[in-house]
Amino acid sequence: MASNGKPELGRPQSRPQISWGKWLLIGLALAYLGIVVYIPTVNVFVQAFSQGVGPFLGNFANHEFVHAIKMTVLIAALAVPMNTIFGLCAAWIVARHQFRGRALLLTILDLPFSISPVVAGLMIILLYGRQGWFGPLLQGADIQIVFAYPGMVLATAFVAMPFVAREVIPVLEELGTDQEQAAHTLGANAWQTFWRVTLPGIRWGLLYGVVLTNARSMGEFGAVSAVSGNVAGKTQTLTLFVEEAYKQYQTQASYGAAVILAGLALVSLALKALLESKTHVPRRVQF
Amino acid sequence: MGLTLTTRPAGLLRHFSWPWAVTLGYLGVMLLLPTLALIAKAGTETPADIWRIATDPVAVSAYQVTVGASLAAALVNTPFGVLVAWVLVRYPFPGRRVVDALVDLPFALPTSVAGLTLATIYSDTGWLGSLLAPLGIKVSFTVYGVFVALVFISLPFVIRTVQPVLQEMQSEPEIEEAARSLGANAPQTFWRVTLPPLMPAILTGFALGFSRAVGEFGSVVIIASGIPYKDLVAPVLVFQRLEQYDYSGATVIGVVLILISLVVLLGINLIQVWGKRYG
Amino acid sequence: MGISVEQVTKSFGSFRAVDNVNLEVDSGSLVALLGPSGSGKSTLLRLIAGLEQPDEGRIYLTGKDATYQQVQDRNIGFVFQHYALFKHMTVRQNIAFGLEIRKTRPAVIKERVERLLDLVQLQGLGNRYPGQLSGGQRQRVALARALAVEPQVLLLDEPFGALDAKVRKELRAWLRRLHEEVHVTTVFVTHDQEEAMEVADHIVVMNQGKVEQVGTPAEVYDHPASPFVMSFVGPVNVLPAASTLFRDTAPQGVSAQTSVFLRPHDILVETEAGEALTPARIERLLHLGSDVQLDLLLEDGQALTVHLPRDKFSELTLDDQEIIYVKPKAARAFPGAPGSASQMNGRPHAVVF
Repeated sequence: MASNGKPELGRPQSRPQISWGKWLLIGLALAYLGIVVYIPTVNVFVQAFSQGVGPFLGNFANHEFVHAIKMTVLIAALAVPMNTIFGLCAAWIVARHQFRGRALLLTILDLPFSISPVVAGLMIILLYGRQGWFGPLLQGADIQIVFAYPGMVLATAFVAMPFVAREVIPVLEELGTDQEQAAHTLGANAWQTFWRVTLPGIRWGLLYGVVLTNARSMGEFGAVSAVSGNVAGKTQTLTLFVEEAYKQYQTQASYGAAVILAGLALVSLALKALLESKTHVPRRVQF
Repeated sequence: MGLTLTTRPAGLLRHFSWPWAVTLGYLGVMLLLPTLALIAKAGTETPADIWRIATDPVAVSAYQVTVGASLAAALVNTPFGVLVAWVLVRYPFPGRRVVDALVDLPFALPTSVAGLTLATIYSDTGWLGSLLAPLGIKVSFTVYGVFVALVFISLPFVIRTVQPVLQEMQSEPEIEEAARSLGANAPQTFWRVTLPPLMPAILTGFALGFSRAVGEFGSVVIIASGIPYKDLVAPVLVFQRLEQYDYSGATVIGVVLILISLVVLLGINLIQVWGKRYG
Repeated sequence: MGISVEQVTKSFGSFRAVDNVNLEVDSGSLVALLGPSGSGKSTLLRLIAGLEQPDEGRIYLTGKDATYQQVQDRNIGFVFQHYALFKHMTVRQNIAFGLEIRKTRPAVIKERVERLLDLVQLQGLGNRYPGQLSGGQRQRVALARALAVEPQVLLLDEPFGALDAKVRKELRAWLRRLHEEVHVTTVFVTHDQEEAMEVADHIVVMNQGKVEQVGTPAEVYDHPASPFVMSFVGPVNVLPAASTLFRDTAPQGVSAQTSVFLRPHDILVETEAGEALTPARIERLLHLGSDVQLDLLLEDGQALTVHLPRDKFSELTLDDQEIIYVKPKAARAFPGAPGSASQMNGRPHAVVF
């Protein structure tokens, strides 16, 4: 160090070089993220508010816009609880039991992620559509699933199926069975043990899974697009509204819906980061 | 004997408790049944018809565009993904936590929103499109638009698979110190000691990103024109067939897409096995 | 001179890990850096290796100034506590790594790798991956890898620390023999005084970033330079000079408050009262193997630990709660040592290890 007054004999140039290289790499990484992710995201907000908040708020006078918000919320309100209950059960089975086919079950749990959302939508049409397996049956009972709310819920639940189980399994495994066994020795039955010992132990991991499930449910486009018929004011969600408005050259309305979804995405990411710091479960690829 | 008689029902009961019923029932109704419906629908066609639909020139060109653009996007995202993961793990810098959290934006942002904003940015008058237009490069409504959308949606995969492995390496700085003590300089240390153990994670991230890109629909349907032989990808083709009520066409192409996914999934599993070969 | 460290200081934040250390290591010698954790011994080793940069001072390797040389240019061999083997390379590839970096001819590499596999007795395991080896085998691979480049100095950081007791014992003897064969200047870090004594020609005792004493194992054990060395290199009793034990054998020229150090085996035990003998009661008998430990209580309430050889113990036929008579054979006080008084204040009981 210069402060000790000794001559800087043969001091290597390596230190400043390392720091120079470090900042170069940071710069390069941020530039890439900037072009690929940040600019497009910022653009959503810029476009939505380019003429102030007025035009954005004006969207709320549009009946179809408001209905799209309602549909998005209604679909998530059913798909998220369904997937949460399923995810909890599946996670409990995988984390607490050794059985033949456990690895297979794990693979099957992840399967919806490798199926294109459009194909997922197609499957539902093939099952419940007019010419589908249950088509005649449903028509006889006058129940419409495809091109209606139930089909959209099914499609959404399909693509968002794995999240809760995937997040809860590692948390359950880390929690171990000691506390549950202790509760049993103290006289608690299975139900009491679950509510008073297991659930509090996995609550952050569970919440994490719910946040991801909700983000995906509200943001799903392909599968819902296939099964909805996309009737404005009826079966149109926010994501569908974005596309429809854009194709109708109503860019302002399109960005009005997009900015709500982008805001939702940012809130989800913030919650995700917050919950990650609480769970300490090693992070894997999400969404 | 009495012992087995008393434990049997208990064991059965345990295996058919509520969580088992919910899990198997839900998987059966939500996943298995739809998949069977798809396979059964494909099965109603004769093999000759299946082959004709699957190898229809429009479909073949759609596979080519899909696989080509997905490969290109995954290839671009791989080195940059490693770079971003490296920077996030190795270099503390102001705002790192925010940058880290925002890596998942492409996962969290609905695909139609991504398509919308990319289409705007890369239009001839957009922020980036106006820079490329003078060079004669049109992005929106061309195959480049498909590429740009796929780069966006598959960005996080390599980062998120490599990051935890790099993080784990942080607890063993001795490995790199050992290489240095044996005379290796920084580049030699990186290429020969740090990178090889990362390869399974990098390849897994590449495959996951590719697989996601192959199935992508929302962003592509907005930024591309969906014209055959030009920028039509397979998922959009499935959707077009659906709109035409051509369920056979949609089904066969959908099955091809699922087969591609399964091959990639198998590849990922092989990579995982290969990655554990050191014992 | 193999290694020469001149007035080296290294701080991490406000913590002085190494504080103005001077050290000379002869060519071809085998030296142990001994000290408790946090004493700066590992940092000193890493400074010699070039894995850390000193804040002040100079480091010479085989006579040449290496202070600002990069690690990779120092031609050293470094062995880490947790082996630090390259997991994706076989044993052979690990050993060959340094030679490949130096662009040694493949034929030469092949020949030398085989020779090293012989040397570390891992002939059949060249194609295994580190994950398939035991801890002791891994550490031998790490040694072979470090030796492959024919380093001018070999540095080992707690090399046996992660191994179980039996393997550790074997590897100590093996390292000693290996050093006799290769004769490379070797410095190893340990917190285990027994290990240091068993393996090293010279021991450097460190405490709080400073060198307390340098000497052969016998010198360090028999003539400790400070209370710290005395307590660290073996079990010791610490008693005030005023204790009844020293009634007739008070060390010369020390005040009553000075602490007196005596080793448990430097105490004479008799069953009959006699000249200069102090009575004590046996509180507890512990069988340690070749020795028997007696926990005694003196008349003045001081505790005292005595180690008796097995045969001596049988000869005396001692029992719990029996009154015996003891006399120090050798004791040591450090009146000048600043640490001694303050360190022992408030804990007048025997310190036993």
